[in-house]
Amino acid sequence: MTISRREAWTGRLLLIVLMAVTLLPFLSLFVTALHPSGTYPAGLAWPDDPQWGNFPRAFEAANMVALLTSSTLIVLGVVPISILLGTMAGFAIGHLRVIGARVVFLLFVLGLTLPFEGIITPLYYQIRDMGLLNTRWAIILPLIGLFMPFSVFWMRAHFVNMPGELSESARIDGANVWQLFRRIHVPLAMPAISSLAILLFLWTWNQFLLAIVLVDDPAKRTMSGALGAFQGQWGTDIPLLCAGSLLILTPTLAIFLIFQRHFVKALLQGSLKG
Amino acid sequence: MTTRPLAARPAHRRAPARPRGARGLAGWLFVIPALAFYAVFVLRPIALTFQYSMYEWNGIGPSTWVGMANYGRVFTDPDLFDSLINAFQLIVFFSAIPVVLGLAIAATIRRIATSRLAFVARTVLFLPQVIPLVAAGIAWSWLLASTGVINQLLSLIGLGGVTRAWLGDFGTALPAVGMIGAWVLLGLCTLLLLAGMSKIDPSLYEAARLDGAGAWREFVSITVPSLRQEIAVCVTVTVIAALASFDIIYIATQGGPGNTTMVPGLQIFYLAFSEREVGTASALAVVLMLLVIACALPIQWFAKDGNR
Repeated sequence: MTISRREAWTGRLLLIVLMAVTLLPFLSLFVTALHPSGTYPAGLAWPDDPQWGNFPRAFEAANMVALLTSSTLIVLGVVPISILLGTMAGFAIGHLRVIGARVVFLLFVLGLTLPFEGIITPLYYQIRDMGLLNTRWAIILPLIGLFMPFSVFWMRAHFVNMPGELSESARIDGANVWQLFRRIHVPLAMPAISSLAILLFLWTWNQFLLAIVLVDDPAKRTMSGALGAFQGQWGTDIPLLCAGSLLILTPTLAIFLIFQRHFVKALLQGSLKG
Repeated sequence: MTTRPLAARPAHRRAPARPRGARGLAGWLFVIPALAFYAVFVLRPIALTFQYSMYEWNGIGPSTWVGMANYGRVFTDPDLFDSLINAFQLIVFFSAIPVVLGLAIAATIRRIATSRLAFVARTVLFLPQVIPLVAAGIAWSWLLASTGVINQLLSLIGLGGVTRAWLGDFGTALPAVGMIGAWVLLGLCTLLLLAGMSKIDPSLYEAARLDGAGAWREFVSITVPSLRQEIAVCVTVTVIAALASFDIIYIATQGGPGNTTMVPGLQIFYLAFSEREVGTASALAVVLMLLVIACALPIQWFAKDGNR
């Protein structure tokens, strides 16, 4: 294919502008975070005397250690269980084709577009009656349920394309359903499972609504919920707020940059299927 | 990477051989745990939302049956109805801008999609998808503030006259919030569309060039029709993001000034947890859930039509 020079240069220029627009908010956060705390810096201006100390102060103020621990605990509660349950159900619906599979699948698909706001009110009373308000379980358990439609949908899409001969040979070897699942199908499903894990991690870590409604104590919330509380508390001290926001962003950014190939792949696939 | 049809249809292939009983009890044991979580934490609350919406209840005391009165309020009380209107206006920013601009950008950078610069761009453009929306809200509130970067840039190019606190102005708050959403979704749409374009057969373009088609003709006759499915995905994702928006608005404006940026999600939150009007909140929640489905389904049908 011939690429005209002019086309290539327009493309490059456009990409650079687009990247600049994308990065602008991050740059603004960073520059502002270096201004003396309590001031209202004007736009993008490098401070005369960069206050690197704002970062350790924000680290203290945001209680970062507790936040990281809390978010990690919530992710560890949500992601493995969601993956296990989603994979099992996807396997039964997509590969075993259990009796009534189409109806169950439809039931799950109905939940794919559900806005969380739609059920947050009854969920609050339900969690209260279960005595789980203000605990991490209040975020973990509903999130597993809310992630089921996508997890089942995603894993079913994988299992539907697995050839039946695989199970045939296992059956001749005398494997039962669980062994068939555990020994043959789970190992083959690893690429689909790891993409799902990335998406679920991201959606858990960034979950905001459930965190602010069901848990009062920021130290028991997700990162996102904690950031909301941090804004409420330090909203008037702009440089400190910016420093705190950046700190709270750092773990996500670090994980994204390490696994970026997987992330980009998972997110593209995820939205195509979702 | 193969993309499958959106709402995957049941595959009508020869049923594979399975261990005995796998379609019955043994198979169902695999489904039941997922179904149980889904039923307890999603289906039951959905049913309860419908039930609550028929009652007047302050969340503590006794409740009174009021039939459809709460729905009447959703469509007659300007405060509630406006939130629905606002959500639809947000679609312009959350969907139209990212999809149209995304198409234009993807078409322009298609030829250099394999360059090193494009590789870096893929990472950068995904950042808004990875960070919490709350963080996007905080960063943009500051950018759009009266002393923020946006106003600084405007003054720089001689538009000092229009500078203002964008999120605090009755006339500009909703578009300003919409721009935050456009920023979040533009990268995702561009990359999705770009991935779709890479699957278009290059010979189509060569044939068009031989026939003397210009860039615009190419775009309209080849690119857009081939991307039907990707466009449908972008529209679905962004329309849902607009209708169900919460995080960004909660952080950036809290629905203000006045009610100018109030959206259904935030209104439900206030009604249920501040004003203790659980019935009205639930009626609005039902309307929101139905709206999302009513918007998502036709787009899916549209996409599927194109594949047949």
